[in-house]
Amino acid sequence: MDNNWPLWEIFVRSKNGLEHRHFGSLHAADADMALENARDVYTRRNEGVSIWVVKSSDITASNPDNNGELFEPAKDKVYRHPTFYKLPDEIKHM
Amino acid sequence: MENQHLYNYILGIADNSLILGQRLGELCGHGPSLETDIAGTNISLDLIGQTRSFYQYAATISGENKTEDDIAFLRLERAYKNVLLVEQPNTHFGYVMGRQYLFDVFHLLLLNELQFSKDQTLAAIAKKGIKEVSYHKRFSGDWIKRLGDGTQESTTKMQEAIDYLWPYTDELFDMTDADIAMVQEGIGVDVSKLKESYYKEVTTLLTQATLKIPQINYFSRGGKNGVHSEHMGYLLADLQYMQRTYPNMQW
Repeated sequence: MDNNWPLWEIFVRSKNGLEHRHFGSLHAADADMALENARDVYTRRNEGVSIWVVKSSDITASNPDNNGELFEPAKDKVYRHPTFYKLPDEIKHM
Repeated sequence: MENQHLYNYILGIADNSLILGQRLGELCGHGPSLETDIAGTNISLDLIGQTRSFYQYAATISGENKTEDDIAFLRLERAYKNVLLVEQPNTHFGYVMGRQYLFDVFHLLLLNELQFSKDQTLAAIAKKGIKEVSYHKRFSGDWIKRLGDGTQESTTKMQEAIDYLWPYTDELFDMTDADIAMVQEGIGVDVSKLKESYYKEVTTLLTQATLKIPQINYFSRGGKNGVHSEHMGYLLADLQYMQRTYPNMQW
């Protein structure tokens, strides 16, 4: 049965105000069933207030083979991080 | 016991949830897919949770130093008051969803009324269960629509399950002595009045699912008075095994 059901990626918002986070994936015949399955598989311990489901095949992912050209050039450009500013002591949680 | 009718009334409601919860529990690890397996077990746990609240309350009014576990595990078959519908076996997934839906519709109608009971404890337990049972009904109803209006094979199997289970639906609306006494006191729900809404709702969904409504005149009944089907003994043997083999055993 599972072989015929497409895979869905599940995103759950755990609290109002937070963003949806990727929780995992599961099989379902369609989006409605994916929502119900996600509710049962990922929110049974009170983890969520909202669920998004996306068909895995609808996600376009970067190719790990291209990681070199995609991500490595950014590694030696520390000046792109705002780490050279002096923060006043009063500002916390930065 | 002073409140014999109330005690019996509580068991009449709670035993349905216990036995259906046990039936679903049998499928834990055996569901057709990981997702439906977890869903079925979740529903089972909801039902057993509701059962506990009812039994705890029943234990306090029994006046015999009983615990919820005594009520759940140490009665003889004839003392269980669940309807025949919920003890029917998990023949295949169509039966599991059919049995679930045919009970869920009744269950929700019942709790919707019971939340206005004069008995504050019963009202509170009912109110808490409404959200859970609303989801159960949505889940089982969705599956009946999928299977009924699915492939030729799924339609045949779903119809077979509905045909098998249908004769057990009428008993849901029988009034026991405890029911009558509790309705008079404003504590219980007059289940005979739920019948019309029940069949209307069930018929609508089954029609949507392209299934035929069985046309029969004979309905099976007896569970509410402790006269169960042949499946009940096996179910209880499983349910009661630990307490019978190791009396007073605790987790």
